[in-house]
Amino acid sequence: MLELLSGFVEELRSAGLPVSTTEHIDAARAIHHVPIENREELKAALGITLVKSAWHWPTFETAFDVYFANRFNSAEPKETEHLDGAAIEGDGATGKTWLRSHTSAIDGGLDVPSSEELAALLYEALVSGDVGLMRTVARHAVTRYAGVEPGRPVGGTYYLYRTLRKLDLDAVLERLMLTARPSGRPWTALEERLARDEYQFRIDELRKVIEAEIRRRLVLDRGARALAKSIRKPSPEDIEVMHATREELAMLHRALRPLSRKLAAKLVRRRRHGHRGHLDFRATIRRSLSTGGAPIDPRFRHPRPSKPEIVVLADISGSVASFARFTLHLVYAISSQFTRVRSFAFVDGIDEVTRLFEECDDPAESVARISTEADVSWIDGHSDYGHMLVVFSERWRRSITSRTSLLILGDARNNYHATHAEVLADLKRRARHVYWLNPEPREYWDSGDSAISAYAPYCDAVVECRNLRQLEQFVSELA
Amino acid sequence: MSQVSAADLGLPEGEAPRFASAQEVAEGLQRTGYLPNTAIASVVYLADRLSKPVLVEGPAGTGKTQLAKSVAELTGSRLIRLQCYEGLDESKALYEWNYRKQLLRIQAGEILDGSRDSEATATWEELEENIFSEEFLLTRPLLEAIRSSDPVVLLIDEVDRVELETEALLLEVLSDYQVSIPELGTVRATRLPLVFLTSNNTRELSEALKRRCLYLYIDYPDLEREQAIVRTRVPGITGELAEQVARIVRSVRGLDLRKLPSVSETLDWARTLVVLGVSSIDATVAGETLHILLKYQSDIDKAAKELLTTANEAFAKQPLQKH
Repeated sequence: MLELLSGFVEELRSAGLPVSTTEHIDAARAIHHVPIENREELKAALGITLVKSAWHWPTFETAFDVYFANRFNSAEPKETEHLDGAAIEGDGATGKTWLRSHTSAIDGGLDVPSSEELAALLYEALVSGDVGLMRTVARHAVTRYAGVEPGRPVGGTYYLYRTLRKLDLDAVLERLMLTARPSGRPWTALEERLARDEYQFRIDELRKVIEAEIRRRLVLDRGARALAKSIRKPSPEDIEVMHATREELAMLHRALRPLSRKLAAKLVRRRRHGHRGHLDFRATIRRSLSTGGAPIDPRFRHPRPSKPEIVVLADISGSVASFARFTLHLVYAISSQFTRVRSFAFVDGIDEVTRLFEECDDPAESVARISTEADVSWIDGHSDYGHMLVVFSERWRRSITSRTSLLILGDARNNYHATHAEVLADLKRRARHVYWLNPEPREYWDSGDSAISAYAPYCDAVVECRNLRQLEQFVSELA
Repeated sequence: MSQVSAADLGLPEGEAPRFASAQEVAEGLQRTGYLPNTAIASVVYLADRLSKPVLVEGPAGTGKTQLAKSVAELTGSRLIRLQCYEGLDESKALYEWNYRKQLLRIQAGEILDGSRDSEATATWEELEENIFSEEFLLTRPLLEAIRSSDPVVLLIDEVDRVELETEALLLEVLSDYQVSIPELGTVRATRLPLVFLTSNNTRELSEALKRRCLYLYIDYPDLEREQAIVRTRVPGITGELAEQVARIVRSVRGLDLRKLPSVSETLDWARTLVVLGVSSIDATVAGETLHILLKYQSDIDKAAKELLTTANEAFAKQPLQKH
């Protein structure tokens, strides 16, 4: 067990969790006290001692599932026990009878149900929400549809996709909704929504069960260490915003709100306890008279940290759109740290979007409205930084003053248009600072149509901002 | 291996563990009206077995502080609470010398001795020893918890509010259960207190602090647990209504809101419904009482739009909201 734990800790460290030796020892002491045949308690004990941040929990869960997947097979509840207690309605009865007559063969895997029988079983599992039954469905569905090929070094996402496509859960959801509909009267919005959420929740549950089942087989096939390596997930801070999948984006979105709150609190604290001002020469000399001219007690000016004015130019075309959204969200969440924030969105045309943020007190909603309400296309809807700069300079040049920090968000992929870097040079002369945040990895800068080095000489800094960690750091330095 | 903790710390041996298993903790907490999940029960059990403090994080209103109170009730311990705030210092958290009393003692000495004679220097050391004795010590929560001879649960609430530097004050207490007072020496715990720290996560706590603690994240409860909580804490609620409340709250939490409803707000809402004599929630009732569950107007509007509009509109919005 201790060896298994060491391997597990090793895996957590490779996945980026800071597990110290003390924590390793604590975990070893903890499993001494809990019944290790109880999956839930073991998981809790390890989580409590090894994971010290809620952000790391998903990583921990995945690793735990892999490392301890095959230790608890005997502890899983027997499917049939649950069946008798569960209320089964409608045509679910076919599944039930099938299960009765085939219970003996379940683990042997010899007697695989036909696809019709499996569909009935699936339906039944979702109607009852019975986890035991879901496991049975998952086991058979994976056997039947996933087509797991031994020895292939994959993470299982493909198998999951194949299984889910065959099960066609969306159609099942609609069928469930039809059956649940009350007869004789229309459904109220609330009822429908609650029923849908309930079934959606069960379907998500089933999806997790199937994922766990696939993972279990892959572990059997290739061993925990190899699999853990191929499904390692980065923690939300390290997800690359540009290449995030939809689920990862949702995760980032959730992480953003507490992050911006934390950032705001930190900045307020820093402003309050900030450094002392410059030496006040006159007051120091005046003070030194009482000590016979020796400046024993230096006086300092009260610091008056000026709050910067921010102008954000955000590229909201295709691939960098989500990056722009996250940055705008973050900037507005801490807008109390700035005298004024103005924001502009562009693709090849440019439009001011400040009003969207002023009308609504929730930055998340304003950001969502940008893509529908801002007028940002000029010709073809491909990024044109040069044209954008020219138009911006024509219309809003005068709003850039010596107190303004200009923030440009984008990958500088100009689609081979003219760069018009001289416009940026002019803006740079007017503004206090010009920063460029580029969501691309530094290696890709200047490859293809990226014109970042044409603009770089006219920026105070060009910053690589691939993930939330880098973004947060930049924003906290800005304020 | 199970005796390591007490021996390591040089503490009196033979202190019986408070609980036999996580199961026992869970049942005990249930009796006090707190419904724990596996993680919560395990953390309390292990905190006792490993003699480690527990750091509890999670959204506001999910029962972090209540957990400490319930554990105190369960173990029949006294709850000592240290509320953290910005600017908290040693003299408020650990101990302070009662300098008024010390002054009085010095003045009284002068009067009683009658005069400041030549022997004053000789008695100075006596006097110093005298005025820096326990009699003149004002104990603050941390020291009090350490010195107490009764069983104690120490709750350090909202630890994320103190500055990073002040956190260091806590470290000695948390890892060794002792407090060093320069004039008196080191005060060690006679009985190990159960320590809970709560944090609302407004800033990242230091690694040093986290390493010394067991970590528990209390999230919003799942459907079954929330339903059970509502039924335990709201007298007179029917099972059906409790289920409806829990289901609606779960759907509301699925939306993208500025502030998600916490358990305490769920309970407020359930109580209101009971007082209003509602037996089943329909769109009208929900619309009228949503402001108890949600605290921002924009959130209320959004929830009403998502949950209470007619089927067709809601259906049309489905794909958008999924994204």
